[in-house]
Amino acid sequence: MSTPLLNVTGLKKSFDLSQPFLNRLFSGDERKFVHAVDGVDFSIERGTTLSLVGESGCGKSTVAKLLMGLTHPSDGNMRFDGNELAGMSAGDPPDVRRRMQMIFQDPFASLNPRWRVARIIAEPMKSFGTHPDPSERRKEVDRLLEFVGLSAADGEKFPHEFSGGQRQRISIARAISTKPEFLVCDEPTSALDVSVQAQILNLMRELQRELGLTYLFITHDLAVVNYISDYIGVMYLGRLVELAPAEQIFAAPQHPYTRLLLETVPDITMAHRDMERPAGEVPNPITPPMGCHFNPRCPLATDRCRTEKPEFLPYGSSRVRCHAVQEGRADQAVLREDL
Amino acid sequence: MTLLTVENLTVAFPGRRGTVNAIEDVTLSVSPGEILGMVGESGAGKSMTGAAIIGLIEPPGGITQGEIRLEGDRIDNLRPEAMRRIRGRKIGAIFQDPLTSLNPVLTVGEQLIETIQTHLKLSKADARERAIDWLRRVGIPAPEARIDTYPHQYSGGMRQRVVIALALCAEPRLVIADEPTTALDVSVQAQIIALLRRLARETGVAVILVTHDMGVIAETADRVAVMYAGRIVEVGSVAEVLTAPKHPYTSGLMASIPRIGPRPDVLAQIEGAMPRPNARPEGCAFAPRCPHKMDICLQQRPKLEGSEEKSVACHLIEEVSV
Repeated sequence: MSTPLLNVTGLKKSFDLSQPFLNRLFSGDERKFVHAVDGVDFSIERGTTLSLVGESGCGKSTVAKLLMGLTHPSDGNMRFDGNELAGMSAGDPPDVRRRMQMIFQDPFASLNPRWRVARIIAEPMKSFGTHPDPSERRKEVDRLLEFVGLSAADGEKFPHEFSGGQRQRISIARAISTKPEFLVCDEPTSALDVSVQAQILNLMRELQRELGLTYLFITHDLAVVNYISDYIGVMYLGRLVELAPAEQIFAAPQHPYTRLLLETVPDITMAHRDMERPAGEVPNPITPPMGCHFNPRCPLATDRCRTEKPEFLPYGSSRVRCHAVQEGRADQAVLREDL
Repeated sequence: MTLLTVENLTVAFPGRRGTVNAIEDVTLSVSPGEILGMVGESGAGKSMTGAAIIGLIEPPGGITQGEIRLEGDRIDNLRPEAMRRIRGRKIGAIFQDPLTSLNPVLTVGEQLIETIQTHLKLSKADARERAIDWLRRVGIPAPEARIDTYPHQYSGGMRQRVVIALALCAEPRLVIADEPTTALDVSVQAQIIALLRRLARETGVAVILVTHDMGVIAETADRVAVMYAGRIVEVGSVAEVLTAPKHPYTSGLMASIPRIGPRPDVLAQIEGAMPRPNARPEGCAFAPRCPHKMDICLQQRPKLEGSEEKSVACHLIEEVSV
């Protein structure tokens, strides 16, 4: 195994939601924090895809923003090819940032409506100085447009002239314009219709094969994850609860939350299952449950789960944060019946 | 006996360059207790069909052709006051975003009681009893206490349960549920789907479930109508349509959905995108993307033909059967 391209250890981000000091003084309230990302560790090998999945509020998008320098970590390290990113801002250091780019969820909000497509795609090349000569740059824009399945003439149009799927192709062209090695994709197909989603997912896999890209893919859709990922990390309330090779997550999920997610995905081949049983919802992240965050919804919870935070420990080829798994109580057959 | 029949319905909006048909020639029927799924991409006309049935098309848009019958009576040409009495009493609605469907300055109880008293002749105390009973039926814990709290004090899934209670509390015969689980997380979505199915079974209410998610259709609906570019292209039982799709659009759509299970090397994809309502081609609207298109497809719109069990609008089918 080579050294990973990206190595994240102990990453934390908390947001201060406290009232202003004077209000607090009068009302006697304590300071309040949301631990959006609460100690996340993972690494990504060159040329592979790690997907982070979880429900809204689990911190998966915050991880993306931290990596791109769009917000700053409260604690922890993020090493990209040996360079420390924690404490650096969005553009710094430029030679490293050029190699990391991002694709956003909403192709309607992430393209400037007043710029022509050619200018949108050329912007990163201009700001990182990869193609200083304007005519060279324009040639590269045309090549990129064709590469993502549009035509060179489309460079003269404005974003509103394109459909959602085409706009996402423009976003992809912009993201790869500086020849990055690493792409953070935050729900890149969630805003698209299924028939178009397949086009974009195929394009992303093709780019990975041709350009040797490394992806961090963020989504809530497990079926999409199955198609695109080599490794999968499942997040719940700011913590990774399971990290494993993709096949293993689907064949032998360990953490009770991973199993719940897999049980509840509506599936076109599993018509009319009786599904009212998975109880409860994600709790308020400001006051997460003590011990294991998942314990109020977990059929295997014990007193230990309610008081002691489980560690993220190796289990076979995966890592799992669960007392029940570590104590050998998470027998698959029993759990499926309970769920 | 069918509860609702929609025949040759066309809804048009005047535009700068002539009128644009949002939906064209839509025909469907729903029986009591049945869950009919309406599936399609954004802009296919599935929500517009729901809005037409419940009489909520925003002017200057309107129904230009066809008719809608509820229990045999026409409801597409009613005056606004008459339609308002049907809305809520006979047809309920559940929308996508539970936060915006509820009034933030009224308690959940006030909203339920108002709805119940508007449609049923009940005293305030009886209406309150009934409201508590409905909150219990949709799975709100401790309804006696929760009834006097405000929507913001509920979680997303609980709010959607309240919206479902609001839609059903006047005991309508039909509910239009427009993307009722799209704003929810998967584990909560599964709960809401199961709740809808249970209520349909218990109360005999018919549901038109509008969604873009084939998975939700597979789990919930009895029959499904697939819409494309304003028309129904295929309609039939869920098992028939999902496992043996006949229309090339439906089969392309089914193949392009990523699934959990063995991973394909490349996902099947339908090239191109759905035409906008003002740029639909002459013949079959799917023809430009269709791998099986013939000359006739470019000239003539195919009609929706077939049996009760399954109908398809495709020239290919006529070819085969003739």
